[in-house]
Amino acid sequence: MKSLAELQAIREKMKNTMSMRDEDASGIRVVVGMATCGIAAGARPVLNEFAKLVQEKGLSDRVKVSQTGCIGLCQYEPIVEVFEPGREKVTYIKMDAQKAAEVVERHLEAGHVVEKYTMAKSGLK
Amino acid sequence: MYRSHVLICGGTGCTSSGSQKVRAALIDEIRKQGLEDEVNVVETGCHGLCEQGPVMVVYPDSTFYAQVKPEDVPEIVTEHLLKGRPVTRLIYNEAVTDEGKVLSLNDTDFYKKQVRVALRNCGVIDPENIEEYIGTGGYQALGKVLTEMTPDQVIQEVLDSGLRGRGGGGFPTGLKWKLCAPNKADQKFVCCNADEGDPGAFMDRSVLEGDPHSVLEAMAIAGYAIGANQGYIYVRAEYPIAVKRLEIAIKQAHEYGLLGEDIFGTGFNFDIGLRLGAGAFVCGEETALMRSIEGKRGEPRPRPPFPAVKGLFDKPTILNNVETYANIPEIINRGAAWFASMGVGKSKGTKVFALGGKITNTGLVEIPMGTPLRTIIEDIGGGCPNGKKFKAVQTGGPSGGCIPASYIDIPVDYDHLAEIGCIIGSGGMIVMDEDNCMVDIAKFFLEFTVDESCGKCTACRIGTRRMLEILEKITSGNGTMEDLDKLEQLAYYVKNNSLCGLGQTAPNPVISTLKFFRDEYIAHIVDKKCPAHVCKSLLQYTIDPAKCKGCTACARQCPVSAISGKVKEPHVIDQSKCIKCGACMATCKFGAISRQ
Ligand SMILES: Cc1cc2nc3c(=O)[nH]c(=O)nc-3n(C[C@H](O)[C@H](O)[C@H](O)COP(=O)(O)O)c2cc1C
Ligand code: SF4
Ligand code: SF4
Ligand code: SF4
Ligand code: FES
Repeated sequence: MKSLAELQAIREKMKNTMSMRDEDASGIRVVVGMATCGIAAGARPVLNEFAKLVQEKGLSDRVKVSQTGCIGLCQYEPIVEVFEPGREKVTYIKMDAQKAAEVVERHLEAGHVVEKYTMAKSGLK
Repeated sequence: MYRSHVLICGGTGCTSSGSQKVRAALIDEIRKQGLEDEVNVVETGCHGLCEQGPVMVVYPDSTFYAQVKPEDVPEIVTEHLLKGRPVTRLIYNEAVTDEGKVLSLNDTDFYKKQVRVALRNCGVIDPENIEEYIGTGGYQALGKVLTEMTPDQVIQEVLDSGLRGRGGGGFPTGLKWKLCAPNKADQKFVCCNADEGDPGAFMDRSVLEGDPHSVLEAMAIAGYAIGANQGYIYVRAEYPIAVKRLEIAIKQAHEYGLLGEDIFGTGFNFDIGLRLGAGAFVCGEETALMRSIEGKRGEPRPRPPFPAVKGLFDKPTILNNVETYANIPEIINRGAAWFASMGVGKSKGTKVFALGGKITNTGLVEIPMGTPLRTIIEDIGGGCPNGKKFKAVQTGGPSGGCIPASYIDIPVDYDHLAEIGCIIGSGGMIVMDEDNCMVDIAKFFLEFTVDESCGKCTACRIGTRRMLEILEKITSGNGTMEDLDKLEQLAYYVKNNSLCGLGQTAPNPVISTLKFFRDEYIAHIVDKKCPAHVCKSLLQYTIDPAKCKGCTACARQCPVSAISGKVKEPHVIDQSKCIKCGACMATCKFGAISRQ
């Protein structure tokens, strides 16, 4: 190692990997429904897309992506819930990888809920 | 890009309870279920909860699984890693509330009051992957020191932090460096004491297994501060996992140019060698340790000259303990004021303790200096199991003393413990309940020092042996009150006339138990009774003829056929044959057998 910049580069590269292991629960939580119904409906690519993009875009220190079991609305799977401290829970339904990318960019990065995919929009409550 | 990390503990404790088999099963099952691109399996060092091992943590949820068996793995993979449903029955029971809610590890009683500085990376990173250490800020402190600070500034920072040696002596670390820095020589050395000889202690092993780079980084910082280019780590050969991780860490640090020549292009060179110790307790003493590194017999020598002037190979040398070093990078990164904000009085920062003995939650705990003993015993440790009464805690191992229950509110730091004749020592903490005999405890530690005395000075060699003989006399019921006086006199004689710390501190367990539990000694001598029913020679098992139904169960259990009697008639124990094993008492369903 001939310079601090080299060290910094490795640190940056590893930072997103390592921040997954923070115990801090104060940030945004993205939860993908991964029960049998969700998986059958294609929840796994959605989960993986979220996990990948959050790390690629360096959001891991404030966004945690995890799964949960059945949310109880099987016909709307894949379902993704976004929990943000101080804001109401947002539930996205019938998700796919492409929609996930849109949610990462517009919601998680820029802070605007992508209304058209939400459960509220579809008239359910 | 993984969406989940599964950390499986590869520390000594979990390895011996089978974590490698669990790890193999995990990798296998993840592959079987096609999750290998989504889930990353990482082997870490100790989490401090070895009793609960094998331990496994799933992130990002930070679910803490305990006592995982290979058979449990498919369920964890399918249910948790695939479907996101933690397998509650396998979660560490302290991390599940009565309502079934799963807590993060940091919210459990065992972890809640802990502050992890020296153990910050243990159980969190893969110790065999230098990039994970760098990813948590590793080698940042070395970079800062080499590019922004003068050696004097480094020493001042360590001085200001108030850090004191964690190896037992509690000498201010910054002062040690300051005393060595101005000494001119063609070669100087930085040594690390990883001999960890106290029975029951394993904090240094856990740091080395879980976070070896923190020690390497700190040694390089120390080298820069005092003007040394060579370091040695003296580690016990009985720590094979620690040795292996250190070897890997040193190799990787070389590959990344974090050890070796011209580090960070600053012209600073630093190298570290490993030396394996054969495990003699006295080799943990600084002058003996240096002789042993030199390849000579590990025997203490008189000081002065102090190692700062004439140490390893007669060159100026500093020696610090593993845990002491593990604090250094954090002090540089976060500042002396941050470190000094933890603790009380002249005891700053945190200390790692190995909590063991009669306590519900055993394991490694790191807490701010000055934490009341009650917090450690009751909140973190969960009290004595089976509703037994807390009697005392032994700190500092064979060099330390006992804190009796009446002092449970004492702040645990160097000075408060010293006031009552105890020491923090290296951090062993053995909890005792009403079933422990304090004379027996004193005897246990003295047996250890008698075995470990190197024999160089008479006071230590003969004196500790005489003391042990007196204790044996007392515990076998043959002691007299004069023996007690003799024991006390000898204790102070050995203390004042021994060359090294081993002999100087060996009488402490006796002095301390005599001070707080003298009545127990007297009970052995005058009443010929062991109040805790431990000392076998003073026990007597008897059968109450009124209660005995003559079922013969006890007679069949007795390993030495000491019990006789006819069926349906009261049985009797032949005291001359009885070896006091207690088997009969455990067998009798009618409570006819008692122990006195
Ligand atoms: C008999 C004896 C055994 C010792 N064993 C150890 C040991 O295992 N580990 C340790 O760090 N220090 C041990 N010490 C203390 C060392 O001599 C030395 O004070 C210490 O390593 C200095 O490091 P520190 O200032 O960072 O604590 C022992 C001392 C004596 C007298
Ligand atoms: S005090 Fe004991 S261990 Fe130390 S040098 Fe003397 S005999 Fe050896
Ligand atoms: S204590 Fe053991 S040896 Fe003694 S009588 Fe009972 S079973 Fe036999
Ligand atoms: S087991 Fe109990 S009841 Fe049976 S013979 Fe022995 S003392 Fe008597
Ligand atoms: S070795 Fe696994 S928790 Fe200590």
